[in-house]
Amino acid sequence: MSDVPGDLKYTKSHEWVREEEDGSVLVGITDHAQSALGDLVFVEPPEEGSEVAAGDACAVVESVKAASDVYSPVTGEVTEANDALSDSPELVNQDPYGDGWIMRIQLSNPSELDELLDAASYEATLED
Amino acid sequence: MGKTTALHDVHVESGARMVDFGGWDMPVHYGSQIEEHHAVRSDAGMFDVSHMTVVDVRGSRARDFLQRLLANDVGKLLSPGKALYGCMLNEDGGIIDDLITYFLGDGDYRMVVNAATRDKDLAWLKDRSAAFDVEIRERPDLSMIAVQGPNAREKASACLPEAQRETALSLQPFFAVRLGDLFVARTGYTGEDGWEIIVPSDGAAELWRALDSAGVRPCGLGARDTLRLEAGMNLYGSDMDETTTPLESGLGWTVAWDPTDRDFIGRRALEAQRAEGVPRKFVGLLLEDRGVLRAHQRVITEDHGDGEVTSGTFSPTLNRSIGLARVPAGAGSTVEVEIRGKRLTARVVRPPFVRHGKARV
Repeated sequence: MSDVPGDLKYTKSHEWVREEEDGSVLVGITDHAQSALGDLVFVEPPEEGSEVAAGDACAVVESVKAASDVYSPVTGEVTEANDALSDSPELVNQDPYGDGWIMRIQLSNPSELDELLDAASYEATLED
Repeated sequence: MGKTTALHDVHVESGARMVDFGGWDMPVHYGSQIEEHHAVRSDAGMFDVSHMTVVDVRGSRARDFLQRLLANDVGKLLSPGKALYGCMLNEDGGIIDDLITYFLGDGDYRMVVNAATRDKDLAWLKDRSAAFDVEIRERPDLSMIAVQGPNAREKASACLPEAQRETALSLQPFFAVRLGDLFVARTGYTGEDGWEIIVPSDGAAELWRALDSAGVRPCGLGARDTLRLEAGMNLYGSDMDETTTPLESGLGWTVAWDPTDRDFIGRRALEAQRAEGVPRKFVGLLLEDRGVLRAHQRVITEDHGDGEVTSGTFSPTLNRSIGLARVPAGAGSTVEVEIRGKRLTARVVRPPFVRHGKARV
């Protein structure tokens, strides 16, 4: 079974969202997603300062076998991308909810968070 | 669920991630594709390649038949056991399949062809063999395990009956031998030393488990792909197909032009292409920028038009992306590859990228 921490929000497309105290969110891909992709070898992060809308393909993670889009769970401005991934994309495999985070987004519409899945609902999607 | 090999249950027990592979349910990895790749480069790994098609060709005119059928010349095979790699072409010189032919004795050959091309290959073989007195016999009763890596032969030899170990270990590269029920060939698809072992399917699981216990690591077809790409070996259906000739697929070395009166299928088309000048060449690419080369990405040359990446991946040995590409014949030593709208720089190199554990580029 893959790890689904209870304090995060999720999308059906396997991103996670962590609310930070400053009103921004961190975004990454779930343990289920990293496991399905296999060893990651390249992460193309969004550009810092870019505006993204909920549902936009804004980053790419590439495993040995294929490239996959990462969709922004929320609307806002990308204020930070995880630079460590350019040299160590495997952090996403090793620590998907920690050092393997992909981007930080400053929310333009915090109410969008209510539309995301909680851990139990996300886990239910994995069982389908 | 697709077709399964005799080792299917063993893979599932071992925690393999199974995927569809041309209609076959096959292991792509057992946890980490990259670790499996390194195991083959530095030690020993094994692959279930039982989805591949074994065909025995027998008869007094088997040699004549194969000299007509294949662009490489089985007439070069003088010692029993010797293997030959080459292409089966259509009349236009397009590649129907690439395959290994083993010469086992007069009128006795074994071919191993690809899984995805099985039906059309068998139909072609049967059709073309009508004029010759040969028996074409597929061997679905056999399984195949490839053991590859610098320590593969030594480790695998412990799993063979004691009386046969010495014979197996004395096999020269690109030779095969029948050992009881087994057929052991010193061939492979990884750029490392090793064997491809053909075994009756009812004994495949037992052999696999013995190899596992002997320290040969189970590896999925994911690692097989990165290993063959590093080794600069073509994959049928990606790097070549019926619309491309061996001359534009980096396989000119497998075409036996001599003797000039050997009229193999596709010869006239290849001679015409050679006389006119081959318009495209097959090259290796080393991506200089960050990113990953993938099949079908556009290759942009200076002044000579576009080409296409035919296979691309991340190379675990070189820690950067590599690919094979078909480009205009005039392409220089540097090209650009379009990846998600951006143009990245790639260096044109001559494969292989890696052989026997060492970088060659």
